Amino acid sequence: MSYLRKVLAIVIKDVSAELRTREMVSSMLVFSLLVILIFNFAFDLRADNQRTLAPGVLWVAIAFSGMLGLSRSFIVEKDRGSIEGLLLAPMDRSAIFLGKMLGNVLFMVAIEIIILPVFVVLFNLSAGDLLPLAGIMVLGTIGFAGVGTLFSAMVVHTRAREVLLPVLLFPVVIPVMLSAVRLTAAVLDGLPMAEMQNWLSLLIAFDAIFFALSFILFDFVMEE
Amino acid sequence: MTSSDRWTAVLIAVAGLLMIAAIGLVFGVAPDPVNLESPVERFSQRIFYFHVPSWWVGFLAFTVAAAAAALYLITGKERWDVIELSSIEIGLTFITIGLITGSIWARSTWNTWWTWEPRLTTAAIGWLTYAGYLMLRGAIDHPQRRARFGAVFCLIAFLSVPINFMAIRWWRTIHPVVIGTGSPDAQGGFATGPTIRLIFLFCLLTFTLLYFALLSLRVRTEWLSRRVQQVKQQMMFR
Repeated sequence: MSYLRKVLAIVIKDVSAELRTREMVSSMLVFSLLVILIFNFAFDLRADNQRTLAPGVLWVAIAFSGMLGLSRSFIVEKDRGSIEGLLLAPMDRSAIFLGKMLGNVLFMVAIEIIILPVFVVLFNLSAGDLLPLAGIMVLGTIGFAGVGTLFSAMVVHTRAREVLLPVLLFPVVIPVMLSAVRLTAAVLDGLPMAEMQNWLSLLIAFDAIFFALSFILFDFVMEE
Repeated sequence: MTSSDRWTAVLIAVAGLLMIAAIGLVFGVAPDPVNLESPVERFSQRIFYFHVPSWWVGFLAFTVAAAAAALYLITGKERWDVIELSSIEIGLTFITIGLITGSIWARSTWNTWWTWEPRLTTAAIGWLTYAGYLMLRGAIDHPQRRARFGAVFCLIAFLSVPINFMAIRWWRTIHPVVIGTGSPDAQGGFATGPTIRLIFLFCLLTFTLLYFALLSLRVRTEWLSRRVQQVKQQMMFR
């Protein structure tokens, strides 16, 4: 089996397991909608302050629901004992990382596909913003899931487990979150591409750095 | 007393003497910067001699820790794990000092304890990241796994250091850049003369020595405490 097929096998395993129960994606979705709603109460969103708050609300919803998915990602493997199966499988550890990360990205994108239109409707945004927003969301998700998958594999071996994941992950992914929020704000304000260039390069650079580091370091996390 | 213990003792003595000299220099010899108007500003400016070296020690400690973490993952020798942990503990202590002294200075110069601007924000994130490191280690029982995960997290956490360092040079921020050129929005910066610069370098040197003194002391206690754990285990299962 080629390397890519092995990676795909893990992605397909995760997706089909999720399709049978639908417990993770559904709770992620409901949770992210709840976050948007809670912000609505908490900040009393009105037409005059909507534009300044909207990017933050969107990314907090994505980050919090993504965190739910990430923390489950390796806990299910550990609790069902299938993590040994993964480790015994004749493939490189990095293939496990890629497969798991792709799975996490897919779950998060599935949520984003639903909450983005909801977001556009609730905040009364123009439909023309959809495409650039989707691009930013995918880039932000890759950075988030890259280092998130690595940490998720680490925290299953700790006593606090899912409690520890946000504590470790949020400070580390702030460069990704920050540039994604700034880019989202720039899109909503209709700024020209040239003004977004800095944040876009920062986002892409951190995606690449986090991915490369996590890819290399994953070997040490799965060493048993 | 082994020879390494003697070196530690010498290092601590030298760092202690230099620190007393540094305090004397900062409060007795250092001139007031010429461009600061009010006496409060002139007095609080002196925090600079301790604030900047504290951050420098923090960054140095995290750099040493990241190097030790990489070496631990490559060689698997416990020595590097001990150095990494000790260095991060010291670094976290010093950036805490840096945050507190910065806050005191900001109160008298910016008229606020804290403001959400890039330098302060990245500093707070750095603090949280390394606090997370200690929490991660505390939550793992298996010693080798604790060391391995610690090293992995330490390498990723190290990304926050260059961001933090460059924050005042990349973004428009009100935090002054005394060494090099900063953002035009910076408030509370001051002109440096040869005496100020010399005393500042003296403080940097003192704090660096203090770091190495604390590091050798902390590494020693960590080794001893691990040794005690080992002996305890042996006694229990005999």
